[in-house]
Amino acid sequence: MLGIRVRVERRAVTPTWLLAAASALSVASALLAISALFWWYGVDPLLAYRRIFAGAFGSTYGLLETLVKSIPLMLCGVGLTIAFRALVWNIGAEGQLLMGAVAATAIALFVPGIPKPLVLPLMFLSGFLAGAAWGVIPGVLKAKFRADEVVTTLMMNYIASELVNYLVYGPWKGPEEWGFPYSSKFPKYAWIPTIPGTRIHYVTLALAVASAAAAYLLLMRTTIGYEIRVTGGNPDAARYAGMNYFRTVVLVMLLSGGLAGLAGVGEVAGIHHRLRYPSGISPGYGYTAIIVAWLGRLNPLAVILTSILFGGLLVGGDAIQVALGLPIAVVNVFNGAILLFVMGGDILTRYRIRVEWRRGR
Amino acid sequence: MSWIPAVESALNAAVRAGTPLLYGTLGEIYAERSGVMNLGVEGMMIVGAVVAFGVTLHTQNPWIGVLAAALAAGALALIHAFLSITLRANQVVSGLALTMMGLGISALLGKRYIGTPLPNSLSPTPIPILCDVPIVGPMFFRHDPLVYASLVLAPLLWFFLFYTKVGINIRSVGENPAAADALGVNVYLIRYACVFFGGLLSGVAGAYLSVAYAPAWIEGMTAGKGWIVIGLTIFSMWSPLRALLGSYLFGGVTALQYRLQPLGVSPNLLAMLPYTFTIIVLLVGTSERIRKRVGAPSALGIPYVRGEKP
Repeated sequence: MLGIRVRVERRAVTPTWLLAAASALSVASALLAISALFWWYGVDPLLAYRRIFAGAFGSTYGLLETLVKSIPLMLCGVGLTIAFRALVWNIGAEGQLLMGAVAATAIALFVPGIPKPLVLPLMFLSGFLAGAAWGVIPGVLKAKFRADEVVTTLMMNYIASELVNYLVYGPWKGPEEWGFPYSSKFPKYAWIPTIPGTRIHYVTLALAVASAAAAYLLLMRTTIGYEIRVTGGNPDAARYAGMNYFRTVVLVMLLSGGLAGLAGVGEVAGIHHRLRYPSGISPGYGYTAIIVAWLGRLNPLAVILTSILFGGLLVGGDAIQVALGLPIAVVNVFNGAILLFVMGGDILTRYRIRVEWRRGR
Repeated sequence: MSWIPAVESALNAAVRAGTPLLYGTLGEIYAERSGVMNLGVEGMMIVGAVVAFGVTLHTQNPWIGVLAAALAAGALALIHAFLSITLRANQVVSGLALTMMGLGISALLGKRYIGTPLPNSLSPTPIPILCDVPIVGPMFFRHDPLVYASLVLAPLLWFFLFYTKVGINIRSVGENPAAADALGVNVYLIRYACVFFGGLLSGVAGAYLSVAYAPAWIEGMTAGKGWIVIGLTIFSMWSPLRALLGSYLFGGVTALQYRLQPLGVSPNLLAMLPYTFTIIVLLVGTSERIRKRVGAPSALGIPYVRGEKP
């Protein structure tokens, strides 16, 4: 007699190919689920996806725009991988990005007497510091007072957003802007140069790619990175091993906030050349970056790829908004659904099904 | 005593603004007491808001709207329950995903309702005699029925959680699921039920916003209230009675915004108030000493697997 036994067991290690395959399968399932929503809403899903794909990757312009939108996603996403690795849930990249934009604007418009060649470097520096400060506050509150960082970082997003609103409707409103909630235009020397004929502000792009590589080295090849990963794996063990919990939490918040701040500098100095109302600076890059980081399996190098993928989704999303009359927030449906399915798909990577043939007695 | 009417109207506004927070917090308290953190409140709330608005508009009955909102948000909560309880996925990320989904779907569904008036909204029905008591009358007894229901619900849920067998089971599942399981308590069932219940109440919270408070559909109208609920749950120390206090305190801060605006303070700076207040309140509510004393659910956020150490 032959017996078959099917067992579901936990995997000790998950091969990389399986992670990639599970991710791809999950994204595909999410797109399928969203197409049901489209269909129900009265939009032909095939048409919608064709438009999204054509919009993002089907033309040179689309490809370039995809790259443009991937820059802030990459910077924020890389930062979030560092924080999430330490099990610090920084949901505040959006606010940290906005604070970076505010600091860059302050340097560009309101600090006189800086030698022109120094203006841009100072904008990046101040943007990094402002984003870092906006991240360090919840970091300290978490490490010292156990204040839940998910809530505090989110609250800081709303506060940053109201601050930007206050500035562009109030004291920083440009007198020559026809009543729009914009600051004055930055002087030319405060613009990040772009690749001619495109909107790619390459300095920020280079920073983003470099930060991904640096974050990878930091996490995988240094003692600090080791401490970050141990803290994320088992905070108590990290403490028993004498690792400084406070320092680790504050450091990851500083780095992830700072990188998000750089993204904000890139948006105002590379694209808009002025401070605008919050959703005019970022259509939620800081939130999308959470998925970028998660789908990249918290690997900074993989984030380069996932940020380009989601950059494309944003460009494609713009395309279907215009063509099919869908609201801007439809991008959120994609974000949420993909994230839910990726989490569901993870079960495939954590367990395996074993079929055993046994000879009966 | 010319200040009395001003105080009365301020307290009335505080309770009105606090009611959606109260519904959301009561629901989240139950979910977290059972050991599941659901950060999707914002998303469930806003789906509740749009569903309540649409259904009320079509059926011309706000109560059917409220019921539909509760069920829609409950269905979303079940997604989170499935991911976090059955698949043992990360609860933080799953809740975030739920919020994003909710914000997106509500915008999609609500596009046709922007700017539409709601003829059958829930309007205040003062309770005779009680509403004429100074201070207390305007504060509690000049509202719509959903406010009255929440006033009854909070003490009921408190009693249920602390003084009934099911309530004790809920708390034990959130405290030590393995021990509860050994005693024959169905851990999964209780967690599913509590998360679903939390979803129902989040839906009612959203419904309150769109059919009573506003009454209108505005994209993104929850504006972070679902996140404030998460903070309030901690501030309430997972007690439905303290949730009353916390919600009205926050309602008061929200209402204060509109009172200070005529004095020339920038509306944007005032809008920061509730968010700043949430952060401050978290600091007070989460010190280790206090957590220990009030008995924060120890197994919060940790999936349960029979026979496996967490």
